[in-house]
Amino acid sequence: MTDILAQQTPLSLLGPSDKEKKYDRQLRLWAAEGQAALESANILLINSGPGTAGVETLKNLVLPGIGKFTIADSATVQDEDLGVNFFLDESCLGKPRARCCTELLLELNPEVEGVWTSKDPASLQELLDSPEVFTMVMYSLPLHPGMLEAIEAYGRQHRTPLVAIHSVGFYSYFRITLPGTFPIVDTHPDETATTDLRLLAPWPELSQFAREMTKDIDNLDHHDHGHIPMVVILLHYLDIWKQQHDGAYPLSYSEKTAFRQMVADAMRRDNPEGGEENFEEAVAAVMKHVNLPQVPSSLTEVFEYDHKDEQQAKSSFWIIAEAMKQFYAEHQRLPVAGGLPDMKAESSVYIKLQNIYKDKARQDANDVLARVRKLPGGENVDLVEVELFCKNARFIKLINTRTETPLSLEQIIERELSNDNTAAVVGPEMPFSLIPIYLALSVLSHNPMASADEITAAVCAMAPALKGNERLTQVAQELSRAAGGELHNISAVTGGMVAQEVIKIITKQYVPIDNTCIFDGVESRCQVLRL
Amino acid sequence: MSKFKDIHVIDMDTIDISNLNRQFLFRKSDVGKYKAEVAAKFVEQRVKGVKITAHNKRIQDFDDEFYKQFQLVICGLDSIEARRWINAMLVSIAEESEDPDGVKPLIDGGTEGFKGQARVIFPSFTSCIECQLDMHAPRAAVPLCTIASIPRQPEHCIEWAHVIAWEQEKPFPKLDKDDPEHVTWIYQKALKRAEEFNIPGITYSLTQGTIKNIIPAIASTNAIIAAACCNEAFKIATTTATCLGFENNYMMYSGNDSIYTYTFKHEKKDDCPVCGREARPLEVDPNMALQDLLDSLAVRPEAQLKKPSIRAEGKTLYMQVPQSLEQQTRPNLSKSLKDLGLENGQEVVVTDPAFPLEFNFYLRFKAESS
Repeated sequence: MTDILAQQTPLSLLGPSDKEKKYDRQLRLWAAEGQAALESANILLINSGPGTAGVETLKNLVLPGIGKFTIADSATVQDEDLGVNFFLDESCLGKPRARCCTELLLELNPEVEGVWTSKDPASLQELLDSPEVFTMVMYSLPLHPGMLEAIEAYGRQHRTPLVAIHSVGFYSYFRITLPGTFPIVDTHPDETATTDLRLLAPWPELSQFAREMTKDIDNLDHHDHGHIPMVVILLHYLDIWKQQHDGAYPLSYSEKTAFRQMVADAMRRDNPEGGEENFEEAVAAVMKHVNLPQVPSSLTEVFEYDHKDEQQAKSSFWIIAEAMKQFYAEHQRLPVAGGLPDMKAESSVYIKLQNIYKDKARQDANDVLARVRKLPGGENVDLVEVELFCKNARFIKLINTRTETPLSLEQIIERELSNDNTAAVVGPEMPFSLIPIYLALSVLSHNPMASADEITAAVCAMAPALKGNERLTQVAQELSRAAGGELHNISAVTGGMVAQEVIKIITKQYVPIDNTCIFDGVESRCQVLRL
Repeated sequence: MSKFKDIHVIDMDTIDISNLNRQFLFRKSDVGKYKAEVAAKFVEQRVKGVKITAHNKRIQDFDDEFYKQFQLVICGLDSIEARRWINAMLVSIAEESEDPDGVKPLIDGGTEGFKGQARVIFPSFTSCIECQLDMHAPRAAVPLCTIASIPRQPEHCIEWAHVIAWEQEKPFPKLDKDDPEHVTWIYQKALKRAEEFNIPGITYSLTQGTIKNIIPAIASTNAIIAAACCNEAFKIATTTATCLGFENNYMMYSGNDSIYTYTFKHEKKDDCPVCGREARPLEVDPNMALQDLLDSLAVRPEAQLKKPSIRAEGKTLYMQVPQSLEQQTRPNLSKSLKDLGLENGQEVVVTDPAFPLEFNFYLRFKAESS
């Protein structure tokens, strides 16, 4: 009997599975779709030098359940490794470092697969030529120039994102190379930013609903008047405002202030509470939500994107983007997002209003879908994907877009130094550029044991403007003191940041950096630059 | 890994399966064991030459004599109350001490999703956790009448099942939010109520998240913040580089949209109830009942006191304990401040069992509303 009952219990009524319990705290961030993407990812780490930052990154990917990782590292475990690498112990001395790290990392999560190779650089080529497909390749610097070329060639050929990591002493940087323009739909904007009420462009169902509720507003009893949803209140008084202003909406700051006063004056104060919560909500919403819907620049960039890569244009993202562009050209507005924030209202009224927004969003998404279907390749695009695109349209971002005239390193340095001149005047509110750290570390990529003078000289050869730069001197001294060594804490911070970025790229959720992040462990801050 | 040799770790919690997605010291077979003990044992085994002493207790179970033995304190606590407690403890140790050894730097870290913060406090010298309290304003609670009669969101239905239905029906003697049977009961009650009102979106996961106030947490963010804290500890102990503290003392990290850090100086407040010397203004309406004033202390961002007792010079207004005093002072709760003889500018002292200190305020009367 109990067996039959258990079988009849719908799946949703059973508690979470063991796996859902284990991953609960992260599923709340990237949901089942993000988790599935992680679980099918295959990451290659090519390690060199002390290699701590790379292994720390893998730790942060193994714990949340990445599918598979491979460590390629030709080093044998030495005494000094034990001081900077948590995933080694005394029993590892003399053994291949790749193998020991792989084994100790695998202890963290039995669901993850991990393999290693410790042969010479020639075997790296073999690995890159193998049929195995890597989702991303991470490598730590400094690295033999031949190996670096092989990795970059692999990235270009397979369109694989690459991550370079370099950590020395109190400083580090990492840099992400994406194979082309990287669009993100599921950017997870702050919830407060997503509200899309269309108060100045209501559609007939919404206007009708508001008019119905407010046609006799002055004669409503206190209870009903105090439960009109703020959206309806605003639509009602916007109608009145329009009548008084030749059909124009309050758009300028002073008009909005006057409109806000109009709503505030309509609040009843002769009730037992001496005021009305719903009207307070309406007053508070005027500045933020009485706005003409606009196309943000990030979406304009999508609409105006010039495809040089035909392969890329065939992806479902670009097909939906094209359909959305057509939608906008015809309707002169974006699809309604469909969400409705909580507001004081009777349950049934709120649900009705919520459904009016949801229905409109669904209608708009179907309109976009119909356009998608007519485009080449559009027959296979999923409605769910179209709906997400419509819902997030205002927050879609493109990363790693090509520009016609990208800034040269020299121009970037010049801009950063000019910002520093301003920073020197402004004071602590505006921090100094961290570009000297990046430049000094990049010297170590070719000459890991460079002295402070050699670092300074090499940087100044690249960027003469940095001659005599005090902060460059300080960085060069710290880097030469460290003599290529990693500080565990700095590599652990870096490994955490790299793992966050890898997760964002694999799940296509949240917004990854574009494209270099420099970390200063002395001042405890970072800076992201496109280099 | 920074070669600290003698570390004590305090944690009263036991390991839950949901910790495994970010905790590299725990394995599945450790579920149910004490966190402090398992962590200490694992690190001692992996890293040679470090002694780690585990305490499976609450931080409040230890007194000032215990905390005086350390050179610095790092905390990764899950509540603002616990942070305020350890902060008050270290400030009082610093203030009583004659020599600089009494100043135990406090390094605090916390994360939420892709965001986090690390800060360093030199107790009694630099801005303390109490000075920074208004940066963590409590979230506005949903009014009870919404939960009781006009739910609109799935969370309203869950709170109804959690607070009202549970009290009425008492399906189990005591609510255990970690017991799947209890959570399932609430989930199903909430689901029924939501169906009645046509509210979509109730899931088991949302139910659990709402009643436990679950904050998302991932390994990578924890690594960033934990390592940033250790980096500060390393800089303080070795003086190899300037630490956070006297100039910039607070680093905020956000990884939601690219990477953004904001490292700044939070200024010490002269009227901080913990490390300041001055009483702070408490804006009140002289006609408000004492009860309303006490209730407001829980939600005012600068106070956040849940079980306050209050006294003015020469008179006890309301005391939560002992019981006899509570009974004696209870009638005052319904009286207005004016009727209790309190005057504009008068100093009052508020205490709360959650904190080992007194909060000094002076009353500032709002202009009487006509």
